[in-house]
Amino acid sequence: MASVEPTADLLDPAGPVEAAARPGAILSRRWLVLRRFLRNRPALLGLVAIVLLYAAAFLGPLISPWDYQTSDYTAFLAAPSARHWFGTDQIGHDVFAQTMRGLQKSLTIGLLVGVISTSVAAVVGATAGYLGGWVDRVLMWGVDMLLVIPSFLILAIASPAFRGRSWLLFVVLLAAFSWMIMARIVRGMTMSLRRREFVVAARFMGAPAWRVIFQHILPQMASLLIIDATLTVGGAVLAETGLSYFGFGVQPPDVSLGTLIRDGSTASLTTPWLFVFAGGLLVLAVLSVNLVGEGLRDALDPNARRARRRSPTDTAAVGSAR
Amino acid sequence: MTLAEEVRGPGPPGADAPVLAVTDLAVSFPSEAGRVDAVRGLSYEVARGEVLGIVGESGSGKSVSSLAVMGLLPPQARVSGSIRFRDRELIGLSDAELSRIRGRRIAMVFQDPFSALTPIYPVGDQVAEALLIHNRRALSKRAAAARAVELLDLVGIPNAGARARSFPHELSGGMRQRAVIAMGIANDPDLIIADEPTTALDVTVQTQVFEVLTTAREVTGAAVLVITHDLGVIAGIAERVMVMYAGRAVEIGGVEEIYARPRMPYTLGLLGSVPRPDAGEKRPLVPIEGQPPSLVDLPPGCPFAPRCPLALPACRAAEPELASVDGDARHRAACVRSGELAGTGPRAAEVFGAPPIVTPALARLPRARRRVVLRVTDLVKHFPVTTGTVLRRRVGTLHAVDGVSFDVREGETLGLVGESGCGKTTTLLEILNLRAPSAGSVEILGRDVATLDRRSRFALRRDLQVVFQDPIAALDPRLPIGDVVAEPLRVHGAGSQEIRRRVPELLTLVGLRPGQASCYPAELSGGQRQRVGIARALALRPQVLVLDEPVSALDVSIQAGVINLLDGLKAELDLSYLFVAHDLAVVRHIADRVAVMYLGTIVEIGEAGSVFTAAQHPYTQALLSAIPIPDPARERRRRRILLEGDLPDPANPPAGCRFRTRCPKFATLDRRQRDRCVQEEPRLTRRGALPDHEAACHYAEARDVL
Repeated sequence: MASVEPTADLLDPAGPVEAAARPGAILSRRWLVLRRFLRNRPALLGLVAIVLLYAAAFLGPLISPWDYQTSDYTAFLAAPSARHWFGTDQIGHDVFAQTMRGLQKSLTIGLLVGVISTSVAAVVGATAGYLGGWVDRVLMWGVDMLLVIPSFLILAIASPAFRGRSWLLFVVLLAAFSWMIMARIVRGMTMSLRRREFVVAARFMGAPAWRVIFQHILPQMASLLIIDATLTVGGAVLAETGLSYFGFGVQPPDVSLGTLIRDGSTASLTTPWLFVFAGGLLVLAVLSVNLVGEGLRDALDPNARRARRRSPTDTAAVGSAR
Repeated sequence: MTLAEEVRGPGPPGADAPVLAVTDLAVSFPSEAGRVDAVRGLSYEVARGEVLGIVGESGSGKSVSSLAVMGLLPPQARVSGSIRFRDRELIGLSDAELSRIRGRRIAMVFQDPFSALTPIYPVGDQVAEALLIHNRRALSKRAAAARAVELLDLVGIPNAGARARSFPHELSGGMRQRAVIAMGIANDPDLIIADEPTTALDVTVQTQVFEVLTTAREVTGAAVLVITHDLGVIAGIAERVMVMYAGRAVEIGGVEEIYARPRMPYTLGLLGSVPRPDAGEKRPLVPIEGQPPSLVDLPPGCPFAPRCPLALPACRAAEPELASVDGDARHRAACVRSGELAGTGPRAAEVFGAPPIVTPALARLPRARRRVVLRVTDLVKHFPVTTGTVLRRRVGTLHAVDGVSFDVREGETLGLVGESGCGKTTTLLEILNLRAPSAGSVEILGRDVATLDRRSRFALRRDLQVVFQDPIAALDPRLPIGDVVAEPLRVHGAGSQEIRRRVPELLTLVGLRPGQASCYPAELSGGQRQRVGIARALALRPQVLVLDEPVSALDVSIQAGVINLLDGLKAELDLSYLFVAHDLAVVRHIADRVAVMYLGTIVEIGEAGSVFTAAQHPYTQALLSAIPIPDPARERRRRRILLEGDLPDPANPPAGCRFRTRCPKFATLDRRQRDRCVQEEPRLTRRGALPDHEAACHYAEARDVL
């Protein structure tokens, strides 16, 4: 007891300060998190960057005189110029038009796969860990199955069935093969959280399992889940190129950032413009997602200093608590 | 070679020279906000063979000052002033030089005996190591091992020769703390610093440890510094006491003098905030409003002034010096009004304005006419004991709860007491689970939980709520407290309008400001967090509240506020409490009836006054005799009933009476009487003059041990 009290006592001044600023207003967690997120400059910057990337991906082709499919027979492998902003490739495709076209797909693929795979991991892992018993055994058996079966083999076998379908199907496939390890980690963490008193308290007030999972368990591992999601975003964009070999998803003449990077990187020293722009945009996209993720993590974590209101007593409290 | 013959350092100092003299000690730590002044000008002396008690709440600097003496502060701490140990100045010594003094001349006994011992070496080896480190040349390994056994024997570890080979995890908490003390006194120190030595231990073990500490002092003649938050402990063991607040000593003097005539309002309040187990009639506890100040950029003036009911403008102008009271050089207090407090005596309640005791309307009704809200009959909970990882085999049964029966009636508080491992928490969980127990039955508001279906179980949860012990663990750290309090309402389908109305109402009810609803738990103090826990439990307007050690993690002055709150709420909302605690003084204060548990069974149950003043069962008597009373005169006169040994293994409880292996009464019986204890398990039977007092002992006999 003596070890915890001093922080509590020293921490206290922060409470009244935060609360005194808006008498009467009671903010629930949703609003509090939103406000703390909006206070975070880098996170907002990241959010704006993602919006701008999307805008560029869809508006870019409109302002560019070139279409991603048409070839300029007067310029093969031309360096960036006023005529072709990002240069052209071996058969005279405008790289700018292609990059924007690829960005449209890859941004959606990356973000969707990141969100879907992390959500599945969180829900499956937390459900298995929280409920235990046969639910746990069945779910973990499924996870282990997916882990031991080489996913590319399955895809290769199944690919004829998918041929010619929407490329969005492939978001689902990518997500389906990237959530298992995270699910195991989440399960382990849930099992230790399950015994914590605030979880027990929720159970004794009659809260159903889904409520405990979404309200209490998953927020505790928000930082882990967010990091996982941001890492998956970058990974998915590149993994998509691998799957393109199997003949679904983005097929030539259509392009994605992944295929552009794959094709362009072979000539990176002689004609760098073929992949530098695609690569650069991918880095920018992943970086922005990272910033947003970090902002979200800080907003959810009450101990994060960056999300706090910046008043002297406030920082004092946090400082002495550390 | 005995301890007394051991060579004593470089020549004994003069008989009256203090062993330790601390002068103007100041310790500060850097932090983001500036320097935290943890200790601000502390001066005291301890003479040979003297016991000085240092009391204070958490954050008062009591532990930091003792760590400074040991030279164990982190490197970023800035220390100034002087610490003279015998004839040496300790401040400024290098770590290597300090190491020669530490452990040999100064011993330290820490709060947590488990982390103070290395888990992978036998305790005997660890005691021997303490000897060898400081006399590597003079002592052979074998001699050290032999001395280690001798020392373990000295601190009262039975069968020391065999126990020396045990690993720390094989020993009970009390045994471990004894082993730590054995290590401490191994080199015949001149000063023993005990920092909250019994906070983690049960009350009967606490008595044993203090007994050992007293023996250790007698054997070594060392000065002892006991640091604790427990005023009762200090009353029993210390000769002088120093009260610390916000990094300074605010009062120092002889223990009788201070307890009888405190001259600083803080001391007065602190003494008034402790529930007295020996109190005849219920008296209000004194809560000290507010929080201890933050030690960064402390404003001028007395640090206690913002919480002090007697504060004058002068108090806020300058910090009063520690000045002697009534010309008595031994008793000094830091208060401008200490002269006026001379005649106040123990009337803390008036000075601090403690709330009057409210008797619930229901309590006026005779007990038999009140409704039973919770009835537990022959409750049994067994856990299988298994071995093996691949092929699980059941090798035994852990009798966590073995036939427990009690009832709680409307508007009353049943205190369930017992030491750790007696099954009180298991009993609680079994009740809260609302599922059919292994055997026996649980009835809530007249409904047997075994007959509940899903929906009625959910509905019944409204009426039965729980408050947990640890206010930090019990609140979701990522949920603002408004949401914490609103959660039960949401779960039970309240509309957003009702929630908006109820949350501020509930926060006000438990003494928080509605504006604090958007604070995270980490921004609140321990006491405030516990209030949030209570608000959450009250959100659904339950009829029965289960309180699992609700105040044991709080500081005394804060604890008083929470106890008063619980008392007031019970009267205001007609609640019934099942109050589980190991602190008997708190139970005495709050409970109407008391049930004492030992090893999964109730050994005594009855009306609180009668159990406390005329305990029938030898275990209850031992438990009561172990509670420290914050009254030095009384405390010195009391005789403790020491219990031998440890709690038996609950997987293999003794046949017949479970308590017989440790029973002081059993030892005095003759052969034929003993046979009855061994063969026949005593049932709870009515004892004493009152109809509502039962004990499970064949040879029960009333005894006042307080």
